Amino acid sequence: MAASPPFRFVGCIELLENLGVKAQDERELLEFLRRVPAGSVFYHTCGYFLRHRIFVGPYANDFATWTAVHRGDRVLGERLAVVDPFDFADPEQLREELISIVSDHLGHLRAPPRVDDGEPFHFVQSHVVEIPTGLEARTLAEFRDRLAEVEASAIYYHTVLARTRLGRGAGDFAGWLRGSLGRDDLAAAVERTDPYLSSLERVRSRLLDVLDAALDAGPAAEGREPAAPA
Amino acid sequence: MIKIDDYREVAPRGTVDLLLRLADRVRGRRFLHISATRFGGGAAEALQRLMLLMSELGLDAGWEIIGGDTEFYATAKAITAALQGEERVLTEEMLEHYLERNRASGGKLPLEADLVLVHDPAPASLVADRPAGGTWVWRCHLDLSAPERRIWNFFRRYAARYDAAVFSRPGFVPHLPIPQFIVHPSIDVLRQVGAVDRSRDPIGVVNAYRIVKKHHDVRLVLAGGGGDGPESGEVFAELREAAARDPDIVALELPPDAQLQINALQRAATIVLQKSVRDGFAIGVAEAMWKGKPVIGGAVGGLPAQIADGVTGYIVRSAEGAAFWLRHLLNNPELIARMGGVGREHVRRNFLITRHLSDYLALLAHLTATPA
Repeated sequence: MAASPPFRFVGCIELLENLGVKAQDERELLEFLRRVPAGSVFYHTCGYFLRHRIFVGPYANDFATWTAVHRGDRVLGERLAVVDPFDFADPEQLREELISIVSDHLGHLRAPPRVDDGEPFHFVQSHVVEIPTGLEARTLAEFRDRLAEVEASAIYYHTVLARTRLGRGAGDFAGWLRGSLGRDDLAAAVERTDPYLSSLERVRSRLLDVLDAALDAGPAAEGREPAAPA
Repeated sequence: MIKIDDYREVAPRGTVDLLLRLADRVRGRRFLHISATRFGGGAAEALQRLMLLMSELGLDAGWEIIGGDTEFYATAKAITAALQGEERVLTEEMLEHYLERNRASGGKLPLEADLVLVHDPAPASLVADRPAGGTWVWRCHLDLSAPERRIWNFFRRYAARYDAAVFSRPGFVPHLPIPQFIVHPSIDVLRQVGAVDRSRDPIGVVNAYRIVKKHHDVRLVLAGGGGDGPESGEVFAELREAAARDPDIVALELPPDAQLQINALQRAATIVLQKSVRDGFAIGVAEAMWKGKPVIGGAVGGLPAQIADGVTGYIVRSAEGAAFWLRHLLNNPELIARMGGVGREHVRRNFLITRHLSDYLALLAHLTATPA
């Protein structure tokens, strides 16, 4: 029987590209939300993980932050902030949700949004440059140790990017635990680790807690790991 | 001699290993930088460090300097100022001399590379005589959001001939029909001293200090270089006058190479203010945050990109706003330590030279094909 493939940790760098379009008010935000590439919707909703790896801002994505802070539109800011990008299978579905919220909000305004000289919203998209880290894991214990040491962008790649932009629903960690180690219980626990409104280091810490608990449960829980090749 | 492994002590966990892997990926591709000078200015200083690190990583990286006479450099300086929105007199003869000198430099320099990064306006027209092959990118370290129209019309013809451009933040980008990438500047160990002029609003800082002084026993130190305009002398005269009336105001006019003094002042400070009303990226803010200080900064230039408002400091739009948040911090000293600590980690992840290097190598990986 062929041995299960190891988990190979991949880090990444997001190269940012300014799209040259900027919204001055909520109507323009809606207009450009319809037109910009999906990679821009992804960047402005999930990119904060890589930019702010250690703290969470008051609003969960760039659209919400801009409307609340720079436009002073707290209601729209709150409605956009509560959108969890991990609820959507791909950035197009996420885009539709954002468009629906802004459109509904504008439809209920008694007066058109004011136009002032505040800071505009600059649309950016990201290009992901993948970097294999060379770190591999074949067992749960190895996986735990590599996860503890790997550069944080690998956690971004295998959880945030995999689940949203790359369309790998459960994320790469859960997928490998289920597919290669047959650990449905652990995969489900990893899937439940909610990255929304968190930081990469907190995600790492929560994942390590889950893995440590499984390892502490002893060899019985480890029994389904593939045997080392003779 | 800088070693890449030295950065394991300061960069986020795993960063150096990721850089080594990324270097493997782009090895064999030539990465050429072209600028007007090797010395003076934060961009040249950062590039010196980056070149050392690229060499340490075993990359094929080069740095060429264009030649020019006094008139060329004066014209390039005037173009740079005009592109940042200042009125300058630039005659047809001056612009033709600028183009001619770059044509001459282009004929002498080895310009073949997989990726050519041309820094700032001075060498930018080299692109008109670019050799076949290679990707040419204009790296603009300036804020071009409101350029002087006539000069921009002249300069844009050359900027648009690049395959792409790199700016320090989205708000600095003018309209250009080429892809525009964003790479923030970075800090390494030390930096240049910023000029004290009206764009940094030192008088507004004094006014904020006076509001705070009514309630707290504080000392204000205004330190910086003299700048190169007559305005800077006037500002220092006003500051010295203010200092003469209040022994707790210290105005320090420092030479451009006073990094040690600035370093010591930042370390000794409780809170750092950069209440600019107009500014570039102002990477010195990241240096203060690296030293664990909360920073109160103006809502201009690169300050909002560096200061996480309410987390690593505060963004303000008035002297009163600066005074308010100064009092808030002084009345809640536990916040000073907390914000300073978060600020240092924020810089560790976003504004160290290792991040700058990884962005440049990602640009190389993204824009160039693997050689056959």
